[in-house]
Amino acid sequence: MPALTESIALGRTRSATARKAPSRSLDTLFRTCSYGAALLVLLVLAGILGSILYGGWPAFREFGFGFLTSSAWNVGTEQYGALVAVIGTVASAFLALLIGVPVSLGIAVYLTQLCPGWARKPVAMTIELLAAVPSIIYGMWGLFVFAPLFARYIQIPVSNLVEGMPIVGTLFYARVPSGVGVFTAGIILAIMIVPFIASIARDMLDQIPTVLRESAYGIGCTTWEVVRHVLVPQAAVSIIGAIMLGLGRALGETMAVTFVVGNANRLSASIFDPSSTIASRIANEFNEADGLQLNALMALGCILFVITFVVLIIARLLTRRVQAA
Amino acid sequence: MRPFAYALAVGLATVQLASAALAADITGAGATFPFPVYSKWAEAYRKETGSGLNYQSIGSGGGIKQIQAKTVDFGATDAPLKPEQLTKDGLVQFPTVMGGVVPVVNIPGIEPGKLKLTGDVLADIYAGKIAKWSDPRIAKLNDGLKLPDANITPVYRSDASGTTNIFTTYLSQVSEPWKKEYGAATTISWPVGQGGKGNEGVTATVKQVPNAIGYVESAYAKQNKLSYALLQNKAGKYPQPDDKAFQAAAASADWKATPGFGISLTNQPGEEAWPITAATFILVHKDAADPAKSAAVLKFFDWAYKNGDKLATDLDYVPLPDNVVELIHQEWKDVKGKDGKPVFNM
Repeated sequence: MPALTESIALGRTRSATARKAPSRSLDTLFRTCSYGAALLVLLVLAGILGSILYGGWPAFREFGFGFLTSSAWNVGTEQYGALVAVIGTVASAFLALLIGVPVSLGIAVYLTQLCPGWARKPVAMTIELLAAVPSIIYGMWGLFVFAPLFARYIQIPVSNLVEGMPIVGTLFYARVPSGVGVFTAGIILAIMIVPFIASIARDMLDQIPTVLRESAYGIGCTTWEVVRHVLVPQAAVSIIGAIMLGLGRALGETMAVTFVVGNANRLSASIFDPSSTIASRIANEFNEADGLQLNALMALGCILFVITFVVLIIARLLTRRVQAA
Repeated sequence: MRPFAYALAVGLATVQLASAALAADITGAGATFPFPVYSKWAEAYRKETGSGLNYQSIGSGGGIKQIQAKTVDFGATDAPLKPEQLTKDGLVQFPTVMGGVVPVVNIPGIEPGKLKLTGDVLADIYAGKIAKWSDPRIAKLNDGLKLPDANITPVYRSDASGTTNIFTTYLSQVSEPWKKEYGAATTISWPVGQGGKGNEGVTATVKQVPNAIGYVESAYAKQNKLSYALLQNKAGKYPQPDDKAFQAAAASADWKATPGFGISLTNQPGEEAWPITAATFILVHKDAADPAKSAAVLKFFDWAYKNGDKLATDLDYVPLPDNVVELIHQEWKDVKGKDGKPVFNM
């Protein structure tokens, strides 16, 4: 016991001396370490890009630019094209944002502005718990619980209603009324990205100085006006960042989408029809792929990488414009 | 591809080293279809002999890659390798158990085994050429059966699978247009319908979607009490999809014709034969790097041929006919150690 006290005392003295004379070498070490950590990310990223480029190269060489524009995917005849998967990926992620963003922002505004104090913690926690649910659980729930209900109460009635109509008829008619498809994938993805966007947006709204809000109320603004003209513009940059994070997840989500997207390699104008995404195709075929098929899957991975990269660049440009304005 | 295979090999070698340290277990990897029966056999075998088996069901393609990379004691595949490939890689291939692939349907009001289909009608359904159950070609086969005027939803395996390979091999045999347009492979560019992941995914989708048709291993059809359709075989008969029909397909096949037993059991001529039957295969190296391990593998499967039939049939697999097992024993003499002697003696 006395030894323990002694060591604590010693420790205290040591930290006290450290405070008095900050060590230069420690500072350099810290700088090098954090620099190395940042560099490591770059190295890993370059490594990933390099290896999938190397793996996908034979497919790019074989099909050239046609790999992007072809909708064929036939293992038997070794014809591969990325178009269907690319469109499926972008469409499902877009639908996810379309549904998820308004909901997330609504949650964030409610939690920070309107929610009674006692309910804040439980509601926030519930939302964050959604982020902890493994994606395969979302997939299974989507396939076994959500899809049948969706088919019965929305897809089939809507299909029957719009059958034969121009435009609406092609967009909403389900050839395979099983409840799975691009739209279902979009809904499941929306549920998956809501906790990300909502909690970041909430943190950002929380950090806006109270004085700003109070002065707006002071000059007679309504709650809606405060949110619309004070809070949202203040947090806009961070909110766009949060949305991009959600979009990144939606683009790359694999297991959940594989379960509910329908896994069809066809172009269809209807959002109720089955399709596939880049990630779902890789998940489905990687195990048994060989030769050119494996190269084509690698090339798909490469394209997903590029899509995500382009999305990030757009996000950067957007935030810069918002900041400038 | 190479660096990837290498990475996989290193990863597996590590796993293997770890398990080797625990016990002198034999390791295998590959096909998912026989996984339930292999694990049952392994359990019983360990109880009886004390030696165990570590089987990773990673898919047929993975099994082939890993036995080629020599990271496992045996590989397992549903799609047999061609004789040229076997010679090239120095592998011996033999079947273990068989199973059937059954078309399952969900048509309101139709009882199991009532709907009759022929191979080319089935192919045209999956090709989208027959879109409704009330199609005259289906009606002609099913006199007196009231079929709904509803769209057919064909359901297929979305993941690359040996089952799909067997199913499309059959479709290619019975339908010239199918063979030309889609062929046989582990993944097909299906023109209509919807994909389910794994046998479970197909089963669930067929159950949920009215007027759907799918194809699964017979074990899944039976265990999930799915409504199945009968298929016309080469002899023009409609056998029930059961052990007897699968065994009949095996009996009428000419096993001696192909080295490595890599014959297709689909569309066999026997009167009783179920048209979509297939065996699952094991791969081992001809020149055993570790004769003791190779001998242990053969010993395990020898035990399984002798004692495993009951366990297999309990799980709805079909044991091989005795004459085939005898042929396999002949084949095993090719597995030799460095001294040039067979590693396994009967």
